[in-house]
Amino acid sequence: MIRAVIVMNDQGKPRLIKFYQYQTVEKQHELIRSIYGVLCSRAENVSNFIKVDSIFGPDARLVYKTYATLYFVFVFDSSENELAMLDLMQVFVETLDKCFSNVCELDIVFNFNKVHAILDEIILGGQVLETSSSEVVKAVAELSKLERTSSSVMLIPSIPGWHGR
Amino acid sequence: MEQLQKIGRELAMASSQGQSKEFQDLIKSIGEARSKSEEDRIILSEIETLKARITQPDIPKRKLKEFILRLVYIEMLGHDASFGYIHAVKMTHDENLSLKRTGYLAVTLFLNEDHDLIILIVNTIQKDLKSDNYLVVCAALNAVCRLINEETIPAVLPQVVELLSHGKEAVRKKAVMALHRFYQRAPSSVSHLVANFRKKLCDNDPGVMGATLCPLFDLITIDVTSYKDLVVSFVSILKQIAERRLPKSYDYHQMPAPFIQIKLLKILAVLGNGDKRASEQMYMIVGDIMKKCDSTSNIGNAVLYESICCATSIHPNSKLLGSAADAISKFLKSDSHNLKYLGIDTLGRLIKINPEIAEQHQLAVIDCLEDPDDTLKRKTFELLYKMTKSSNVEVIVDRMIDYMINISDNHYKTEIASRCVELAEQFAPSNQWFIQTMNKVFEHAGDLVNIKVAHNLMRLIAEGFGEDDADADSQLRSSAVESYLRIVGEPKLPSAFLQLICWVLGEYGTVDGKYSATYITGKLCDAAEAHATDDTVKAYAISALMKIYTFEIAAGRKVDMLPECQSFIEDLLASSSTDLQQRAYELQAVIGLDPQTVANVMPMDASCEDIEIDKSLAFLNGYVQEAFEKGAQPYIPESDRSGNGSVGHYRGQEQHEVSSHALRFEAYELPKPVVPTISTPVTVATSNELVPVPEPSYQTEVRRPVSSGHDLGSAELKLRLDGVQRKWGRSTYSSTTSSNSVSDYNKTQDGATLRDVVGSANSKSPGTVKQQQPEVPPEKQKLAASLFGGTLKSEKRAPSAATKGSKANIHAAEKFQIARANSADVTAIKTASQSLPDLLDLGEPSVSTRTETVDPFKQLEGLIDEDKTPAQGLEGVDVPKAPDVMSLYADLTPSSDTPFSTSEGLANAASQNGHGGNTKANTAHQMSKGPNLKDALEKDALARQVGVNPTIRNPNLFSDLLG
Repeated sequence: MIRAVIVMNDQGKPRLIKFYQYQTVEKQHELIRSIYGVLCSRAENVSNFIKVDSIFGPDARLVYKTYATLYFVFVFDSSENELAMLDLMQVFVETLDKCFSNVCELDIVFNFNKVHAILDEIILGGQVLETSSSEVVKAVAELSKLERTSSSVMLIPSIPGWHGR
Repeated sequence: MEQLQKIGRELAMASSQGQSKEFQDLIKSIGEARSKSEEDRIILSEIETLKARITQPDIPKRKLKEFILRLVYIEMLGHDASFGYIHAVKMTHDENLSLKRTGYLAVTLFLNEDHDLIILIVNTIQKDLKSDNYLVVCAALNAVCRLINEETIPAVLPQVVELLSHGKEAVRKKAVMALHRFYQRAPSSVSHLVANFRKKLCDNDPGVMGATLCPLFDLITIDVTSYKDLVVSFVSILKQIAERRLPKSYDYHQMPAPFIQIKLLKILAVLGNGDKRASEQMYMIVGDIMKKCDSTSNIGNAVLYESICCATSIHPNSKLLGSAADAISKFLKSDSHNLKYLGIDTLGRLIKINPEIAEQHQLAVIDCLEDPDDTLKRKTFELLYKMTKSSNVEVIVDRMIDYMINISDNHYKTEIASRCVELAEQFAPSNQWFIQTMNKVFEHAGDLVNIKVAHNLMRLIAEGFGEDDADADSQLRSSAVESYLRIVGEPKLPSAFLQLICWVLGEYGTVDGKYSATYITGKLCDAAEAHATDDTVKAYAISALMKIYTFEIAAGRKVDMLPECQSFIEDLLASSSTDLQQRAYELQAVIGLDPQTVANVMPMDASCEDIEIDKSLAFLNGYVQEAFEKGAQPYIPESDRSGNGSVGHYRGQEQHEVSSHALRFEAYELPKPVVPTISTPVTVATSNELVPVPEPSYQTEVRRPVSSGHDLGSAELKLRLDGVQRKWGRSTYSSTTSSNSVSDYNKTQDGATLRDVVGSANSKSPGTVKQQQPEVPPEKQKLAASLFGGTLKSEKRAPSAATKGSKANIHAAEKFQIARANSADVTAIKTASQSLPDLLDLGEPSVSTRTETVDPFKQLEGLIDEDKTPAQGLEGVDVPKAPDVMSLYADLTPSSDTPFSTSEGLANAASQNGHGGNTKANTAHQMSKGPNLKDALEKDALARQVGVNPTIRNPNLFSDLLG
């Protein structure tokens, strides 16, 4: 099972945090700090895998990859294949790239809700839901189309019943 | 320029994404914050703004949505946004999809499934699951996966099950996942529905099928047998995928649906494990996949890796394993660290089936071990750990310790230290090596290893080899003492190690007469003073002092206490720790006695003596008889007591009373000087009021009855004086025996105290002794069997001495080692290059039949003369070779002869037997040594050229999209 997906920049600032087992805000931050500490100490040209049982408890592994200024990090246990996780990360990034056309850190910062939506199409509840980038793009496109129409509809009537609820 | 571009982009984005200026500004100002405190200030003011504005009436919904997103953002940066949770919950109620999704997103990030607010969402989720808009359903299912706990599962379960047959595959997929999540949370709640997963495996949509594999994998892992029938289906699905029958959209880097392949291979690995019939159905397809994998792409290797895992998990098939081995060697030879990592991992799997395979990858493995990449290194240690046996334990453990010393990560340090301990205990070729290894572990990770390890080591030193060789035992002890004396002065020794040192110095410091009592007591006092805050160390130290003084007195020598010892004892007399105080007083009391008594109180080296426990207290019979005659009441067992006559009843009550008023507050009386008389103090305890005592009091309890054997005078006094001690009576006595063998910890910890008080009339139950070192004796027996009669002892020791000598050179820094010869450098180089490749020498079947002490030879031999080794007979080899190896060292390190024999404790015997051969062999050996060594080096160099070199940089596997 996948335990967490984390995107942070090279200064350790989180850009996307998704834990599939609930963690308190404080704990999340402690974890991110420790992960950042580990990532920083990695030399270049070494493997992308790290055993992180000291941070996440027994059996936890981590796969990371740097894309420009961002670290993408997947944390998971032994039921997943490390190299495949690396590629799933690639699927995620490719999808982001398609959705934002040439994605960069700022896209992720400003549209983290959309990034979450994309991620939710790929991983759900810690399990890999969909591995085809184009399927994900399709789903997300449909979503944003519908959201756009519904929000334009929404602009016309003057918000019935929010307070009445 | 870059900055400009960034700003331009930011502006473009702001307009295109419809984010408000405020949000932009927030992000920008956080991005520009110079320090953490500045960032915190910005966020805190943002929180204040949001708090004020979010509660205002009539905020446009779009604004509200943005506020919620800002909350999410703030929480992502680590600040508390709980004030806004309720607004996020409210937003999930909204009709508008965009708002609803934002609401759901926020609550799934904010709340855990047991949060109070969840109850407000369940209703909405129920409604949304029935929505006509499938996107709403999807949003709700996302939330279901995260927010539904065991109690709320029944509320949504029917809808989720219904959605399994929804028209949209996106919904079906998520419904499968939601059901899986329920299964993870509370298996019982959905146990009647697991059949649905089987059904969904046949879904038309490959996405749904792929998603279904996740729950099936979990289910199969838990209960393999009920899914054996699915083997055929999985195999046929895998076949279809391999034949590219899936939609093109599932292709990834020219591989057909690789993620699904991987999942299927994982499932097959579980299903085929130990099942020949099921495995036979898989061979074909797994072999096919292995062949088809494109090993130039990352994902191709991922699939390849998974198929190797599968091949090693299912019933072995030689052809599959053959191609697995080929793939592994490709992995290991790769320049990519990731692939090397996988290579090491799969090698670890394969050697379980086929141990010989490791041999051909020796050099690659060693390269990985020396690689700067920590991940790879650790993985390699894991592999070595798996393949450790008595023939290579020394090299492996040495490597591990070296690495352990150099890392600062305490978690891993603990792990590797405990592995070293485990391996050393399991495979130690000699006790001496074991002790030296343990010393290193303690020195560098003493605070991280379990204290039991220290106690085990004490016991090992005390009990020796477990054979009747008093000489070897005492040499072992003197070498331990010697090494500890050298170490004890070092700063920052871990507490557990110091305890061990104090104990050993106290027990054996003066035994061999090499060191004076003054010298050792001085060292002990220094150690105790250097660790003034550690009471346990001080307790061990003062007990050690007492032992040394009493040994001196018993030997008829005059004790002159060093002034620093004097002041140390005085300090402890006034210590706030009663334990330390008592020890100090006991020390004072004991050294005031006459030699005869002292020798009885503290017999030499008696820590291992068995104490017989007379459970029936037969020795009291006379006393009891006497009491009966004087009209005492007979003892009534506790179980029979109630309603057993008025007297018994009354007594029972009285006992209850005593126990309920157990606490008394009189001060303890100072212990009286010990009066040696032969009587039975326990009598006092047993005779009258026996109150059951709970287990935990065992420690003090044991001490009492035992000590009474020697100093009943004081025991009697104490017993009379305080109610507390009177409580330890009959029932505890019987509990002693059980707890004795049960808790090692208790025993040894108390052992120190015990010995000190009573003078090593310590309890040692035979059971525990055996537990401690189960491995060594059988090994030794085997060795004895493989070697012959009288020369056995010397033969046995010699090899370990030789290897140890070599190691001393390899690890020049090592402290316990002897023989630091002038030519150490030369030896180091030579031995290193020689012994390394053989580290993995798993090959010859003869290895397994040999015993550990023989093997060190093999290590050296194997390198020196590879062809010859397998052919050599056991007996034939060992006898003549022993001198050879010795001579190798003798000639490389001319000055090492004496150190060997004196300090190593083994060479005595070895040299007697070996000396004759030494000179002879010297010349012969020297000749053969040169060329062979060169061969080994050349081989090594060649292997590196061929591409096992780890330093080549790791090429990027795919081009970064962003870079």
